[in-house]
Amino acid sequence: MMYLDKELSLLNSLNIGEKCVVRGLTSEGKERRRMLDLGLIRNTTVEAALRSPSGDPVAYYIRGALIALRSEDAAKVQVSAL
Amino acid sequence: MGRNEFTVAFAGNPNVGKSTVFNNLTGLNQHTGNWSGKTVSNAFGCMSYKNITYTLVDLPGTYSLLSGSKEEAVARDYLCFQSPDMVVAVVDATCIERNLNLVLQILEITSRVIVCVNLLDEAQKKSISVDLKELSRRLGVPVVGSSARSGRGMSELKEMIYNMTVNERKTYVDKIIYSPEIEEEAEKIFEKIRQKCKSDRIARFLSLRLLENDEEFNKSLEKSIGISVEAGVHKKEYKDMIAEEIIKTAERIFLSAVSFKNSEYNKRDRKIDRILTSKSTGIPIMLLLFGVIFWITIVGANYPSQWLSSLFESVNQFVRDTLTNIGTDNMLVSVICDGILKTTFWVISVMLPPMAIFFPLFTILEDFGYLPRIAFNLDKYFKRSGTHGKQALTMCMGFGCNACGVTGCRIIDSPKERLIAIITNALVPCNGRFPSLITLISIFFSASLVFPFNSILSALLLLSVIVLSVFATLGLSKLLSSTVLKSERSSFTLELPPYRAPQIGRVIVHSVKDRIIFVLWRAVAVAVPAGLIIWLLANIYIGDSSLLNYFTSSIDGFARIFGLDGVILAAFILGFPANEIVMPIMIMAYTSNSSLMEYDSLTQLHALFTTNGWTVVTAICVLIFFLFHFPCSTTCITIYKETKSIKWTMLAFILPTILGLTACFLISNISRLIFMLAG
Repeated sequence: MMYLDKELSLLNSLNIGEKCVVRGLTSEGKERRRMLDLGLIRNTTVEAALRSPSGDPVAYYIRGALIALRSEDAAKVQVSAL
Repeated sequence: MGRNEFTVAFAGNPNVGKSTVFNNLTGLNQHTGNWSGKTVSNAFGCMSYKNITYTLVDLPGTYSLLSGSKEEAVARDYLCFQSPDMVVAVVDATCIERNLNLVLQILEITSRVIVCVNLLDEAQKKSISVDLKELSRRLGVPVVGSSARSGRGMSELKEMIYNMTVNERKTYVDKIIYSPEIEEEAEKIFEKIRQKCKSDRIARFLSLRLLENDEEFNKSLEKSIGISVEAGVHKKEYKDMIAEEIIKTAERIFLSAVSFKNSEYNKRDRKIDRILTSKSTGIPIMLLLFGVIFWITIVGANYPSQWLSSLFESVNQFVRDTLTNIGTDNMLVSVICDGILKTTFWVISVMLPPMAIFFPLFTILEDFGYLPRIAFNLDKYFKRSGTHGKQALTMCMGFGCNACGVTGCRIIDSPKERLIAIITNALVPCNGRFPSLITLISIFFSASLVFPFNSILSALLLLSVIVLSVFATLGLSKLLSSTVLKSERSSFTLELPPYRAPQIGRVIVHSVKDRIIFVLWRAVAVAVPAGLIIWLLANIYIGDSSLLNYFTSSIDGFARIFGLDGVILAAFILGFPANEIVMPIMIMAYTSNSSLMEYDSLTQLHALFTTNGWTVVTAICVLIFFLFHFPCSTTCITIYKETKSIKWTMLAFILPTILGLTACFLISNISRLIFMLAG
């Protein structure tokens, strides 16, 4: 409960160049496992790096790798400001 | 007295140069590419070192063994149930933290592992330094640094493999310790399944997986070693806790072994990405790149094609003279020269030059790391069609060969999206159709212009044809995803690997060699028998008409509904084994009635087609039908193998055919109507 003071938002609301910290995932099953395998576990810093020509997907820096996520998938990652 | 044969598996994330390491050790030329899923099934190779024979198995590139895609299952089941003697885990020096996730998962299955930190040259460029000793100490297994593209580190790797297998060098791998609750539950399962497993380590790995309760893995467990699902007690949180523990361990090891001199190490990549994927320039640059590649292909292929065809003509004449001089039967001379040699030579001279130019250029793009950016740029459109952006990658593979493209669809995780990608793959023109498209475009649409405008127009038309095939793929995907393959959308993750300076010289040499072998092999395997059969059809007469004639005239009426003719349709049907032979069949059928004319130059080919009633509209219809018709037999077989379903194979056969026929019907009838109104 130590994060209550920081407001939760969703990863897809991040602007390019902004960083945030992962607080949790709302996805289930295989999808959740895939996110965890990307390194999206609690306290991981993520930076939005690139927007594709049509605006979606967006590529994020996650643990040194550049990973593209669609907006609705990024919306399943809860984050808070650094 | 020890063994002298060992099996070594190669595992690693996609894009880490695993195939390059593999090829370096085996001397094999497996095509390597800078994108996920280039190795789509286990590839095998051999290596001999100090009188020991090693069988090397190249596993599909994966980020994990646990998140359930088809290729992960292939890699994981191999490691768990086939138990290779040891594993080489190849990791990318510029992205170690991400790569360690897989390494740690492998270490949970076996401790007989060597970690090969590849792409050290790229890491140096980015001022990333990797403490190999520290990494080795932390992981408890030998670590070797390498730059496989230049061969650096390969002899050390061989020596390490030798030491681990023959000298049985020990490793000191610590178990990852999970929370007490998980450890306790895992221990309970461990006791139950220990007897059925090959090692304690595998038993522990499987216990943890049973705790996670992954349906598909449970199935493959039951199939492989008869462990039933009930063995596990599972809580939803276990999955998270296990995954988190591995990631955290990876982070700790990474922080202790890797240091950055420059925190902005990927600044250059981001600059390039901003140009190649931005809103205003991303898609135009993509079209421009392909347009330029097509243009170079068309211009460059022209001369070698002419040269090859006049060379082959002399060879053919020489064979004919020699055979006649030694008194060979006229019929046999004709079978050999007019049937087999002519078809084979045609396939080689028309197919080889453009493909030997196109593929090296395409491979350079691939090596550079551009193809995943295409998927990134186009994902939105694929999403609208209810499919996955990675389908763009499988389409790129389809350029080479649709059968490869179909197998490549394993990189798509969701079964339904994967099926859609499989069924629509043949809408992308493959190696066997590309040169025919170029030929048709050159003789019918741009021949009247002078250089360089003719080639520029050809390139633009070819580009439009490719764009058309992309639209058709998207359209058909949309149709499938909203009808028979309606599915819940799956999550989308796509890694954009770091850019790498392509090794242009090396790529060209390898890729040209690959293409020459591929085209020559196809020519021998397909064109030789096809040439023989078609000659027989064209020369066996019943009454006053050849078998081929009977066939073509019997379907002529039907074909004309679609703006084609009996010969064209017959050529496509007889060309089912391979698209390469469609044009030669047309030529042979058209020339079979008259004395054989030479068809070495494009002008003569144009004359042959027009005297047989071709108009520009016919050419357009043939072009469209080349693009959209049933996949070749090899592709159909591959589709069946991949889907295990006659239904989907039939659908993959029928849908493109209907699309092609419909388009041809509309084009020919609308143009007829226009001519009628205008005339």
